[in-house]
Amino acid sequence: MERKIRILIAKPGLDGHDRGAKVMAAACRDAGMEVIYTGLRQTPEMIVNAAIQEDVDIVALSILSGAHMTLFPAVLKLMKEKGLNDVLLTGGGIIPEEDMKALEALGVGKLFGPGTNTQEAIEYMKNWVSKHRTYKVV
Amino acid sequence: MSFTSNVPFDVLQFAKTLTKLEYGDPTVLDMINQNYQNLGRAYRIGVTGPPGAGKSSLVTMMAKHYREEGVRVGIIAVDPSSPFSGGALLGDRIRMQQLGADENIFIRSMASRGAMGGLAEYADAAADLFDLYGFDVILLETVGVGQSELEIAQCADTTVVVIVPQSGDVIQGMKAGLMEIGDLFVMNKSDDPFSEKATQQLKSAIHLKEWGEWTPPIINTVATENRGIDRLIHQLNAHHSFLIQTGALEQRRQQRLVRRIKQMVTEKVERELWNKTREIKLLQAIQERRQPQHILEEIYQDFRGSFYVGNESESN
Ligand SMILES: Nc1nc2c(ncn2[C@@H]2O[C@H](COP(=O)(O)OP(=O)(O)O)[C@@H](O)[C@H]2O)c(=O)[nH]1
Ligand SMILES: [Mg+2]
Repeated sequence: MERKIRILIAKPGLDGHDRGAKVMAAACRDAGMEVIYTGLRQTPEMIVNAAIQEDVDIVALSILSGAHMTLFPAVLKLMKEKGLNDVLLTGGGIIPEEDMKALEALGVGKLFGPGTNTQEAIEYMKNWVSKHRTYKVV
Repeated sequence: MSFTSNVPFDVLQFAKTLTKLEYGDPTVLDMINQNYQNLGRAYRIGVTGPPGAGKSSLVTMMAKHYREEGVRVGIIAVDPSSPFSGGALLGDRIRMQQLGADENIFIRSMASRGAMGGLAEYADAAADLFDLYGFDVILLETVGVGQSELEIAQCADTTVVVIVPQSGDVIQGMKAGLMEIGDLFVMNKSDDPFSEKATQQLKSAIHLKEWGEWTPPIINTVATENRGIDRLIHQLNAHHSFLIQTGALEQRRQQRLVRRIKQMVTEKVERELWNKTREIKLLQAIQERRQPQHILEEIYQDFRGSFYVGNESESN
C-alpha cells in the first residue's frame, strides 16, 4: 500500500476564524491525505510537538491575524531544533507578497493567499512530498 | 533492530517506528516479536462510543489525571477514513491540545483505513509498541460503530463505553454490540437534563444481563468541566485490580493473542489460497457455467493438494 501523505493543519495565534483552515482540511482529505486538525490558538510548541508525534510530512499554518512574520519563523526554528528536517512548513492567509518572499528566503515553503485554488496548494504539497520524503513503504 | 528499555526515549524515532508499523514494516513487527516477553506491563484502556459522545474530551481528562500521578500516558485515537478518497480528517487532537507539549504524553491519531491488514491488528501492535517503550497507561479511542471498531475496543484490558443522554431511549440508541463489551459505562454530558432518566434506563438494562463476577458500574461525568473523572479513575483502578486478582487479566490477554494469531493465520492462508492461478481458474469455471459446488470442491482439493506437492509459492 502506498504511504499516505500526512498533514498537520493548525491555526496559531489569537484570531478565531478557522473557516479557511477547515476548507483546506476537507480538500486535503478529499485528495486522499490524512489530515490532523488541531484547532485554534495553537502555540508553536504545541504545533511542533503534534507534528513530531503524528509523523507528518507537512505542517500547514493558517494565519489571518497579521502575525505571520513572527509565527512562521518561530515554528520553523522549533522544527529545526527538534530535528524535523524532512517536513515542509507551508500555509496561507492574508500575507503580502514581500512577506511571502522574505519567509521563503528563511526556508518556509510556498505560501498561499486568500483566493488560492485549493488544488494548486495540494499539487504543490504532493510534489514536495514525492521529492523529499525519506521513508518510503516497501 | 533490537530494543532495550535503558536507552533514552527518542520521540522522533518512536513516531517514525509507529508509521513503519502502520505500513507493516517487517523490521518493526520483528522487533515486537523479539520483545514479546516484555509485553504486558502497560494498562490498556479502550474508550469507545458514538461520535460526539465526548470520548476525546474524556480521554484528555483521564490523561491529565494520570499525569498528576506521574505515569506516562500513550493515546491512540482512531477515526474513520473517507471511503471515497481514502483520506481522513483526524480531529481528536482538538480536544487534547490542552494537554500541552508534555513529553510524557504521546498522542497518535490514526485513520481506520490507513493500516495494512486488520485495523484491530495494527491498533493492538501499536499498543504493544507504546508498552515496549515504557508507557504505563495506554488509552485507545475509537468510534463505537462498525465491527472493526468494536474489535479495537477488545484490544484493551478494560473497555469503557461512553454514551450520552438522548431524548429518546438510550438503550435503543446504543449500537449493537456496545452493550456487550463495556466493563465500565460512562454517562457523559451529565449536565444534560435527560441524564438522570437515561442513567436509570441504562441501569435497568445492565441489571437485565448476566455479568458474572463483575457488574459494570455507571459513572456520570461532565468531561468538559472535569466532573466525575476521579470516580471514573477510581472505578478503572477497581476493575484493574479485579482483573489481576481473579486472573482475568491474563485470560483476556491470552484471548487477545488467540484472536490475533488466528487472524494472522487466516490471512496467510487466504493470501496463499487466492493466488492468480486460482483466481483465473475460478472465473473460467464460472464462465463455463459449472456448478458452484463442483467449483468449490475442485479449488479446495487443489489447495489441499498443493501442500503435498510443495509448489505453492511458485504459482503466484
Ligand atoms: N455539555 C457537554 N458537552 C460535552 C461534554 N463532553 C464533551 N462535550 C462536547 O461534545 C463535543 C464532542 O466532544 P468530543 O470529545 O470531541 O467527542 P468524541 O467525538 O466522542 O471524541 C465537543 O463539542 C465537546 O466540547 C460534556 O460532558 N457536557
Ligand atoms: Mg474523538
